Amino acid sequence: MPKRNDISSILVIGSGPIVIGQACEFDYSGTQACRALKEEGFKVILVNSNPATIMTDPDLVDVTYIEPLSVAVVEKIIAKERPDALLPTMGGQTALNLAMDLFEAKVLEKYQVELIGASVEAISTAENREKFKAAMTEIGLEVPESGFAHSLAEAIKVGEEIGYPLIIRPSYILGGKGTGIAKNRETFIQLASEGLDASPVNEILVERSIAGWKEYELEVMRDKNDNCVVVCGIENLDPMGVHTGDSITVAPIQTLSDPEYQKMRDAAFRCIRRVGVETGGSNIQFAVNPETGDQLVIEMNPRVSRSSALASKATGFPIAKIAARLAVGYSLDEIINDITKKTPASFEPTIDYVVTKVPRWAFEKLPGTKDLLGTRMQSVGEVMSIGRTFPESLQKAMRALEKGRFGLNCDPAEAALAKFSVDQLLEKVTLATTERIFMLELLLRRGVTPEKVHEVTGIDLWFLDQINLIVEARLFLDEAAEERKIQKDKSSGPLFDGKTWKWLKQLGFSDAQIAWRFGLDEDAVRKDRLVQKVFPTYKTVDTCAAEFQAETPYYYSTFEDEDELRPATKERVIILGSGPNRIGQGIEFDYCCVHAALALKEAGYEAVMVNCNPETVSTDYDTSSRLYFEPITYEDVLSVIEKEKELGAGGLKGVIVTLGGQTPLKLAGLIPEELILGTSAHSIDLAEDRQMWAQLLAELKITQPKGALVRNLQEAEEAVLEIGFPVLVRPSYVLGGRAMEVVYEMADLRRVMAELGEAGSLGIEGGLSAQRPVLIDKFLEDAIEVDVDALRDAGGDVMIGAVLEHVEEAGVHSGDSACATPPPTLSPEVISAIENYTFQIATALSVAGPLNVQYGVKGTDVFVIEANPRASRTLPFVAKATGIAMAKIAARIIVGDSLSSLSQEGLIPKRARILNANYLDPSSPFYKGNDIAKANELKTGRGGETDFVCVKEAVLPFDRFPDVDALLGPEMRSTGEVMGIATNFPLAFYKSQIAAGNIIPNSGCVFLSLSDHDKKQGLEVALVLRGNGFSIAATEGTYEYLEKNGLTPDVLVAKLCVDETTQPRVSLASSDLPNALEMIEQGLIQLVINTPRGRGPHADGQYIRHAAQVNHIPLVTTIAAAKAAAAGLAETSLKGLDIISLQEMYALYESK
Amino acid sequence: MTLQHDQRQSAHKTFHKTLQRPPALLVLSDGEVFEGYCGGSLLDEGGASQIVTGEIVFNTALSGYLEVATDPSYAGQVVLFTYPHIGNYGVSLDDRESEKPHCRAIVTRALPVRPSNWRSEIDFESYLKDNGVPIITGVDTRRLTRHLAAVGSLNCAIGRASESVLTQAAKQEPGTLLQDFVKDVTTPKRYMYVANSGSSKSKIAALDCGMKQSILKDLAKIGDVIVLPASTTAEEILDLGVKGLFLSNGPGDPEALGHIATTVDALVGKLPIMGICLGHQLLATALGAKTYKMAFGHHGVNHPVKRLSDNQIEITSQNHNYAVAADKLPGVSFTHINLNDNVIEGLAVEKANAISVQYHPEAAPGPHDSKYVFDRFKAMVNN
Repeated sequence: MPKRNDISSILVIGSGPIVIGQACEFDYSGTQACRALKEEGFKVILVNSNPATIMTDPDLVDVTYIEPLSVAVVEKIIAKERPDALLPTMGGQTALNLAMDLFEAKVLEKYQVELIGASVEAISTAENREKFKAAMTEIGLEVPESGFAHSLAEAIKVGEEIGYPLIIRPSYILGGKGTGIAKNRETFIQLASEGLDASPVNEILVERSIAGWKEYELEVMRDKNDNCVVVCGIENLDPMGVHTGDSITVAPIQTLSDPEYQKMRDAAFRCIRRVGVETGGSNIQFAVNPETGDQLVIEMNPRVSRSSALASKATGFPIAKIAARLAVGYSLDEIINDITKKTPASFEPTIDYVVTKVPRWAFEKLPGTKDLLGTRMQSVGEVMSIGRTFPESLQKAMRALEKGRFGLNCDPAEAALAKFSVDQLLEKVTLATTERIFMLELLLRRGVTPEKVHEVTGIDLWFLDQINLIVEARLFLDEAAEERKIQKDKSSGPLFDGKTWKWLKQLGFSDAQIAWRFGLDEDAVRKDRLVQKVFPTYKTVDTCAAEFQAETPYYYSTFEDEDELRPATKERVIILGSGPNRIGQGIEFDYCCVHAALALKEAGYEAVMVNCNPETVSTDYDTSSRLYFEPITYEDVLSVIEKEKELGAGGLKGVIVTLGGQTPLKLAGLIPEELILGTSAHSIDLAEDRQMWAQLLAELKITQPKGALVRNLQEAEEAVLEIGFPVLVRPSYVLGGRAMEVVYEMADLRRVMAELGEAGSLGIEGGLSAQRPVLIDKFLEDAIEVDVDALRDAGGDVMIGAVLEHVEEAGVHSGDSACATPPPTLSPEVISAIENYTFQIATALSVAGPLNVQYGVKGTDVFVIEANPRASRTLPFVAKATGIAMAKIAARIIVGDSLSSLSQEGLIPKRARILNANYLDPSSPFYKGNDIAKANELKTGRGGETDFVCVKEAVLPFDRFPDVDALLGPEMRSTGEVMGIATNFPLAFYKSQIAAGNIIPNSGCVFLSLSDHDKKQGLEVALVLRGNGFSIAATEGTYEYLEKNGLTPDVLVAKLCVDETTQPRVSLASSDLPNALEMIEQGLIQLVINTPRGRGPHADGQYIRHAAQVNHIPLVTTIAAAKAAAAGLAETSLKGLDIISLQEMYALYESK
Repeated sequence: MTLQHDQRQSAHKTFHKTLQRPPALLVLSDGEVFEGYCGGSLLDEGGASQIVTGEIVFNTALSGYLEVATDPSYAGQVVLFTYPHIGNYGVSLDDRESEKPHCRAIVTRALPVRPSNWRSEIDFESYLKDNGVPIITGVDTRRLTRHLAAVGSLNCAIGRASESVLTQAAKQEPGTLLQDFVKDVTTPKRYMYVANSGSSKSKIAALDCGMKQSILKDLAKIGDVIVLPASTTAEEILDLGVKGLFLSNGPGDPEALGHIATTVDALVGKLPIMGICLGHQLLATALGAKTYKMAFGHHGVNHPVKRLSDNQIEITSQNHNYAVAADKLPGVSFTHINLNDNVIEGLAVEKANAISVQYHPEAAPGPHDSKYVFDRFKAMVNN
């Protein structure tokens, strides 16, 4: 009995913004699920607050809501759409929790919506640790000795019964938030209170720590007929104690014998059956005692997960797509394996390669955090690599990470560890850190035995032995390089014979590693290798280890005998992806690459994707015509280019480097010029090169903030005397504002320059930035920042996608700032000037593709801050806000299509604002330069007044890093974004705050602590809030100002005295007045508005912000956001929140 | 370079040095050549002149290499593992399926430096070497698998000899077609395998055509097992007074085993019968079915089999190159089919109280989805 006929419409809940622990893997899963359900003929309704997702593309499902994921909003959607069923298993923990909340609130019952994929009972059994433990014990599976606690006193009692070390896990949490290991009473009390706090049900599990045990995961699927299969087994390199999201993990399982594996498989099936996941996938984690083989069940997730995305990419088995089909009634044997097209999905994939996943962290962006991995997940992204053996796979992953590494050491960055002695290293590797894997290699290279390393780390000997094979080859390289240096006559001969070359490549060594060791140029090394006829061979990921013919073009490189690529049939375009997610480069760029692939396939090309991020839609084998799961490095990309050239018919048209963020852009100058499609490498350089850029703007008579280029502190000090404080200091060629800072005084300038001077800080992202000087610009204080996303075709026509007005003033990184379109406050004249400048810059840079320009607007003066001739982070948001497929159009322009031909084709709607190539030529009929009368048309950027304002808000990871100050600044720290849509700006902003989880309360006490600079506007905010029934607490200065201006706050709050000598302790002013910290802790404050000036540990507002964060009190740190929030609050209390689907919104646009 | 390698070897004795192994070749009977390095008994003193030939089959299991190597059904065959790292968790002698390895050689991509598992007693390569089994490692096993999947099973030769010598040897290898390998692997004398404590005291007979230890362990849950040489006659079996007859797995072509099929034929209807793998083919032959050689067989632990009685799917352990033709037979119902290619995976003769499966319900290696088959036999025996 296949598909269910008793349901016809299904609501799918997405996972919301990208946060740590919940990244774009849920866009991948959700997109697959939505597509599958559509293919089955269901009406699909989707809600997700994240606009930078493929799943929210309006043509993917029938009805798309980009709305906050709250019970109230989703209830409205359910009331309006009346879906028959709700699929909660595709949107991570967010969707699962929301589904449970909807159930608890009886919304599902009221509207008779059936949960499919997982029942309430199954979800609560899996998610509630007490219930889960009882269920496992009932079926004879062991779980770690443990007990639950709902209060600190209870926790201490439970903890003391079990004995230290103890692990603390809060119930109903995401990605291990609030989890930790305590070795003594003191840390236990701290972690237990944090954990109780982190759990939405104030419950923690206290259990015996099994740190050091081996950790495994099984991805299991079950259908309605009770057929169960294991899709993939995963072994963690890091033993228990490190969150699996922060562990290096390997597929398949390496060190379990078949009886042990089968025992685990049996246990997994018993678990999924007992929990009661009737259809779909689950992830089940196990711990294995390496001394005895004892197995414990750690946890299970009754939904698709980060691991299931990895398992799908690792095996080629599309878990989410199949889970969606199972949820609507199919059984596994009724579904065909996509890859073989012949065999059914009711089998267990087997693989003939090794997959390694390595997380990517962002500690460098979060000063104050320790590089120390534990049971709470901290990584922001990951890479996956495929090799035929583990060493090859591991080294590929290391260079794919884009941390400036060429592999597992044997590169310039290895120098950072050279200073440590063996003893120091042995001490360091006892703790899991991001650098530990490199230390393992160095220890082994220094002659420490694998046994010893195993003893101190608990890492399985098998992995260490394999790393030792890399070490062995490294020692060989060391000797060969020395020998070559001594014997001058040899220095012109070949480096190695073919066999040796192949041996090195099979161990995953990159040409760059070898070039570095021999002091040679990478191209010379590459040539040497090619002379020895050692080329990569591409093999297929086929789910079946070649038993059946694979139909799906999903490839990885290795160095063996046979290449499996089949001849191409059409002209090809290579799209370079964006690599691992990190702060500053996330899902937005993957979105652009996916759209490029789709658009180019539709246009008749073979779209060839190169990427190494397993979480993404771009690495779904369905997305492109051919997928190379490869690191995005010079060598790996060049190899793909060479291979694609050989594939015959149609030839290789070229490579797109401008859609994947900084990753492919860094390669632009290295790829043969004639192959770069769209904007030339020269133009990209021109926009980055300080002097050339300044000269260009001068020629165009476009103003930019005063600035200078400096190479040392002396030059910096001189420059600042000329420019005047405040200044913005930053290195060139960086994305996401790496190491940017606003500096108000000389002492800060000296500190910042010293930090930039450290090789590690600048060099860490590799590439050109290390060789580039530091930029110092006049900081435009109080300016409004504006982003413009435009597209220019080679013929000179320019399309203005949207003008985005930032909510936070200039100085907050654009990626961390909220922004709105159409711009709420800009005058028609300013918008016109911005359009003119954008047109001129696009023309001057000969852009053929996307262009993002950032402006600072002070009054009527418009300054250009920077221009980037590449896809921007805001492109997906612009596409969602306007209904214009910006990224698809960009891709078509890049391959040579014109805006006018794409308009004719229908890809560009008539409402799009296109400036003709002769836009600024007064003699041309297309001249519109001075046409201020058309102001309203200009204002919207869409050619017509609209009824809707869209706001993008950034989502920040501060709740995961309590030691980091929650202040916004020029360095980007956000991990994701949400979008609010409403009929006016305040409402849209308010919605975006709800979606971002910054839920502004509608009553209570607001605590105001404002910098002098912000006090005037603060008064307006205070008036609005009081008008809405808030009581107001304020610190002395703010209190006086408000009082003087006719608004007397209700509470005067004592100023904090920070004792620098006892940091981080705060000593409180001896005063009878209440102090902010106590008030926050006692729950007397519901909203904190704290807007300081400058940064640094001495800013005492830091303690208030920290307290707000820890106590989950909504926190606003800029006066602009405070104003918007207050206005939104007022509007909402008047009108209430309404919902609208994208399809409805676009239809309204279209009808105008 | 050789010198440098030697120096380091003294410094790091535990290192496995692929490059230092002598090269070896694997040549197929159709002339395809695969390069690799010597392992196992090819590294013995006489290894330089050793040439091993056999029918090559690929196995797609990720674990269970020891169970495969010691499964008598692989007699006469060279086993190619598609998973690149073979030997990772070493050898636990308890996991063997018979006293010694039966395959003629092992083909792999990579061997470990040493085993890593708490149960391991010896490393896989040493185990094979001690038992005279050669290994060729460092092979592009995927290319080899793809070739076999495309052209069907072939014979091969492995050794350090020249390509032409090996090609000749591969061509001369007779393979498994119409070959009786059972006589080499069956027990020479009957013996009793005593039932597990707690089992009923039913006595059953097992005709050993190369029986796996795991099967014997599962049968012992039914009762005492009298294990018989494959040449035992029907009369001798009936004289034992057993409650049921088990027909074991085993190597080679069932068509070469007409004498056993005749024995079975004489017993159908007289005793409850259960067959596994070759035993299934022999029962089918006795019932009048034809068998045929498959393109490259089923060797792995991930084959989906549908149980037709209730449409449940079992993920099964498989190892066979021959299969029962799907022609209808009077009184015989086909109970299981392979969902990948519709091969007959099980049959039942209700009137004669006989069942058989083509796959391996005892697993080892592989999933435990199908253990119930033994329960069915138990019910037949105790009925």
